[in-house]
Amino acid sequence: MTAPLASLGALLPAPGELAGIILLSLFVSGVAIVVSMLVGVPAGIFLGLHRFPGRSFLVTLVNTGMGLPPVVVGLGVFLLLARSGPFGGLDLLYTPWAMVLAQVVIATPLVVGITLAAIQGLDERLHLQILSLGASRAQLYLKLVKEARLSLVAALAAGFGSIISEVGAVMMVGGNIKGQTRVMTTAIVLETRQGEFANAIVLGVILLALALGINWLFTAVQQRRRA
Amino acid sequence: MSLLALAGVEVARDGKAILSLEGLDVRAGELLALLGPTGAGKSTLLRVLHLLERPAAGSVAWRGAPVPWPAPLDLRRRIAMAFQDPLLFSGSTLENVLYGLSLRGETGVAAREKATEALRLLHVDHLAERRARTLSGGEAQRTALARALVLRPELLLLDEPFAALDAPIRRHLLEELTQVVKAHGITCVYVTHEQGEAFSVADRIAVLRRGRLLQAGTPEEVLLRPASRAVARFMQTGNILSGVVTRRSEALSEVAVGACVLFSRTVLPEGTAVDACVRREEVLVEAPGDAAPAPGLNRFRGTVATVFDHGSTMQLKIDAGFSEGPLQALITRRVAHDLAPRPGLPVEATFSAASVHLIPREGRSDDDL
Repeated sequence: MTAPLASLGALLPAPGELAGIILLSLFVSGVAIVVSMLVGVPAGIFLGLHRFPGRSFLVTLVNTGMGLPPVVVGLGVFLLLARSGPFGGLDLLYTPWAMVLAQVVIATPLVVGITLAAIQGLDERLHLQILSLGASRAQLYLKLVKEARLSLVAALAAGFGSIISEVGAVMMVGGNIKGQTRVMTTAIVLETRQGEFANAIVLGVILLALALGINWLFTAVQQRRRA
Repeated sequence: MSLLALAGVEVARDGKAILSLEGLDVRAGELLALLGPTGAGKSTLLRVLHLLERPAAGSVAWRGAPVPWPAPLDLRRRIAMAFQDPLLFSGSTLENVLYGLSLRGETGVAAREKATEALRLLHVDHLAERRARTLSGGEAQRTALARALVLRPELLLLDEPFAALDAPIRRHLLEELTQVVKAHGITCVYVTHEQGEAFSVADRIAVLRRGRLLQAGTPEEVLLRPASRAVARFMQTGNILSGVVTRRSEALSEVAVGACVLFSRTVLPEGTAVDACVRREEVLVEAPGDAAPAPGLNRFRGTVATVFDHGSTMQLKIDAGFSEGPLQALITRRVAHDLAPRPGLPVEATFSAASVHLIPREGRSDDDL
């Protein structure tokens, strides 16, 4: 029994290095999804509740953004953060923060779009009912979030799923630097290019297991109090 | 005393006026029914009364003081509203009722006691821990009312709260609600398109049509003394006859309606063009007799044109020589049994001068409103 396990262990990167890759993946995608939720949920609620000139254009932008190719996002963020770019002075290129920024750009339209759909899916008169019970604008938003929480957890899961598994953008702006910006997806690409398919497969399985575990957590929260 | 007063209020959507009110007072302690057909602007008016929608023009005053816009939260919190659909939140019945209290910082045991008391008042306290979205229609509406009443609002706005319920439950809830509102001295505005509901609950009735207030008055005033042809028609007066006052005395007007003459207790100057309104249930139908009518009594001979059976009552249309069409009468089942009405039957239709309400026509058809 121990022999196969030992041979499997031999396939993996050093334990410290592997842990670093996993933690960095979780950190980058975790921070990105938190920022996306903080920006995307209020924006989605606002777009869902208010009518104003230019709203249709914004909704079209959001819908387009939901299918934005990650490599295009990577290219855009790269050009912004490159030394000759407008934010080159920040010296963020090839750091985890550049990867966070790219993932925020990818996840935010998804969060906005799903939140918008969730708010529009609620009964139109619900916000009037909430206001009529004496809610302030902030209390209204909080209540709507609570009422639409099943869909918002879906937004969270969709956003997180899209960025934890994304490779193009983080490769371009992170550079896949060992010990600094190497995350699970970029490590898989590297191992595959080097012909180390076994390593790539093991990393892939770990990534899938992580995604499964996190989505199981989201689903548990989502289904906890269906009423 | 006026709790909420609207003056010159106008609301527009896409450049089109959807509400235009010269004035409307909601008096403290009264139950005011807003009566009107679909599209009359009732829900828009409720949003203005709730201080949730700023009118494009005009003023709104709360206890005589002008309301600033946006309306302060503490002022809005003196008003609560319940809708046709209960619109309950996720969570338990009790949590729903607690929500408005929590917005006001009221939590803990005291808030729970208040909420439970409100549920008890509406006879749903035994459902406090049930998931609100598993309640039946009647239970859900009771919960929605408890959620509004627990806030002890100075003004309670109800937007057709029982329209989606079956008739027996609706009648029962209406009765209970009226009792609760009166017992707690809550001023209430009750929106409905059902005349029966309006008359069973209201101290006053305001009739709305196409965004305009046609009349506001006691149920008796609106029913028996409609201010316009449109109100008379909406109140199902039945007979609205165009004529001209030809003679007047101290207590009686004589009105020429085509070749016929009507007597009315509404005294107007000679030459006034009028709409003469006679409620169909005021018309007495009998077999023709020989006796001459008493002075001032309107009596016409004719033949039954159509008979429509309503169950407890029957509606007859009688060709009595009026150019505007047959005279309508609503008779009881007992009268129908004795009369045995059928098309072609000769009858005599009688109504008193007091039953004829005259509305001066002022050169403008309010049907165009």
